[in-house]
Amino acid sequence: MTTVMTTVTLGKALNLALHDALHDDPRVLIFGEDVGRLGGVFRVTDGLQAEFSDRRVFNTPLAESTIAGIAVGLAIKGFRPVAEMQFDAFSYPAFNQVTSNVAKYHTRSGGACPMQLVIRIPYGGHIGAIEHHSESPETYYAHTAGLKVVTPSTPADAYGLLTAAIRDPDPVIFLEPKARYYLRQDLDLAVPPLPLDRARIAREGTDATVIAYGPTVQVALAAAETAAAEGTSLEVVDLRSLTPLDIETLAASVRKTRRAVVVHEAPVFMGLGAEIAARLMHDLFDVLAAPVERVGSATVPYPPARFEKLFLPDADRVLEAVDRTRQY
Amino acid sequence: MSNVKARPRATRGTPSDPIAALLTPEGVLSADGERQAGVSDEQLRQLYRLMVVCRHLDQEALNLQRQGELGMWGPIAGHEATQVGATLALTPGDWIFPYYRDFVIAVARGVDPAALLTWYRGLTYAAWNPLEYHLAPGIIPVGSQIPHAVGFAMGCALDGERVAVLVSFGDGASSTGDCHEAMNFAGVFRAPVLFFCENNHWAISVPLREQVAGRIAGRAAGYGFPGVRIDGTDALSVYAIVRAAAERIRNGQGPYLIEAVTYRLGPHTTADDPTRYRSEANLEPWQTRDPIQRCAERLRARGAWDERFEAEVHAEAEERAVDMRRTLLAAQPEHPGHIFNLVFQNPPDALRRERDEFTASLEPTGG
Repeated sequence: MTTVMTTVTLGKALNLALHDALHDDPRVLIFGEDVGRLGGVFRVTDGLQAEFSDRRVFNTPLAESTIAGIAVGLAIKGFRPVAEMQFDAFSYPAFNQVTSNVAKYHTRSGGACPMQLVIRIPYGGHIGAIEHHSESPETYYAHTAGLKVVTPSTPADAYGLLTAAIRDPDPVIFLEPKARYYLRQDLDLAVPPLPLDRARIAREGTDATVIAYGPTVQVALAAAETAAAEGTSLEVVDLRSLTPLDIETLAASVRKTRRAVVVHEAPVFMGLGAEIAARLMHDLFDVLAAPVERVGSATVPYPPARFEKLFLPDADRVLEAVDRTRQY
Repeated sequence: MSNVKARPRATRGTPSDPIAALLTPEGVLSADGERQAGVSDEQLRQLYRLMVVCRHLDQEALNLQRQGELGMWGPIAGHEATQVGATLALTPGDWIFPYYRDFVIAVARGVDPAALLTWYRGLTYAAWNPLEYHLAPGIIPVGSQIPHAVGFAMGCALDGERVAVLVSFGDGASSTGDCHEAMNFAGVFRAPVLFFCENNHWAISVPLREQVAGRIAGRAAGYGFPGVRIDGTDALSVYAIVRAAAERIRNGQGPYLIEAVTYRLGPHTTADDPTRYRSEANLEPWQTRDPIQRCAERLRARGAWDERFEAEVHAEAEERAVDMRRTLLAAQPEHPGHIFNLVFQNPPDALRRERDEFTASLEPTGG
């Protein structure tokens, strides 16, 4: 296959991954609210119904629990459902289905009924929306045994991870950083599927490791750029997978830098950073030069749009956290 | 206290629904309906036989729980006609998505009752292979199996299969959002699904009148398909109506709702104490409508019942109960670490490591 470099947005890369999955596997189905003619509120399913028919790409009634619930039934029937939740906080009506059925059906059926399904959820802030449109619910899903939780930060990863998620025999919660839907990248469209359990070194460095995922990878990279100008070398690790956690890659990086900062949009309290900090402290207690720092939101409901920038991590807050690890 | 009526009044389906026309206003097959249904004496005897067997098994399960051999038990007395009638009315290719009280459905589908009790004994999560019996696992989070059945049925339609998918649930589950949502989806997608509500008048301690203001069967109209209310203590009526509804569904005529009205004769589970919320007076009208007695009456009326048949059925029932107890008590638990193997088809390395640590923790330390 010839290599053709094309400039695509993260949203378009997801659209292409869905397109190719529909093309390659007749058992793949796509459904959710507004995913048909409209192409989804973020246009991620744009054009798919027209090309693949309303039997395979279809709107559903507005009821998230049953969107997830029919995905369970279709998976038992041997389909590969890719369901869309329109926004992060609108996935909560489906919480019972996801935690009690999607995550447990394989166990409950003695392994007879794999849940080969993907639930796509746009998440995160920076879109200036009213409440419920900007949350980061990853911890709820990451804490639930039986789910794999992944999130891309680049168009190439969006394609590679979504392709792998649809092909994986287990249920995958696929979190899409909605503020990065328009992030552009030149890429060869023949992106191979990515492993669902490996982090990526987004930038190499030596003085501290900044661990980020989804929307905060860009924040970490911006911080690293500024730090470099100031003579500090930051390594940026993009988790890609939130469950399982690629502790080996994290530990290898922190073994080198001896300092770690975890960055996410979710509240710091009980966020993914807590687990990462605990694991690094346990595994690298003798290596760490400073306590693991965490940068995230406060323990408040998602703030009104006018104030969201004050709560969400930015490069300055990341750099301040890096400074704390260096001044310890 | 509940002032439930023992005689359910049928809620008619749409005027053009020929299934509703088989019923009397009380939700029982009319004489004409019985002729049209053409259920043979042998089929009726089969219903009777299985109901008696299941009552014995149910009683034995209760005994086992009282003797400390089962963690808990949810008695099915009062549900024999709904569950036996519905299950035998389907073809083996049809699927069933049951709820937790559907012990009889599983037995009627051929699941070894002892295997099923291993779930209550806490030896396993998976009492049977759903693909082998076309029978989904009994679901505990109330009502959440209803969307699964609709999704599965949508898949059957996409595959062009001539299959009916029956999902059972109680009157309590009829209040859940999942029930309403799933019925709406079924209507919109014309999924080949049969909603089968086993209305036993009680959701633990909450009586039907505190659960449902209107008629459960009447809701079907709002979702765009027919529904009927039938007498769930009459196995013949259940059998004939489920069979007709399933055939209608297989013919591509869309979803159907049956509300089978019966009564929970026992407690919700062995952990429940019904004396705190209902009196013997509530039970009386229903004890005269015992599903097994009603079926025996129908057999007698047809001249298809005799002492020898009765003795034979009871001997079989007792034998199966003894066998269930013996098999259950001999059943070995899974390896405690087996659950790690069941979480995923393709487990990540991190989980394999957790499994290995757990397994190692089971070894004697030698200290």
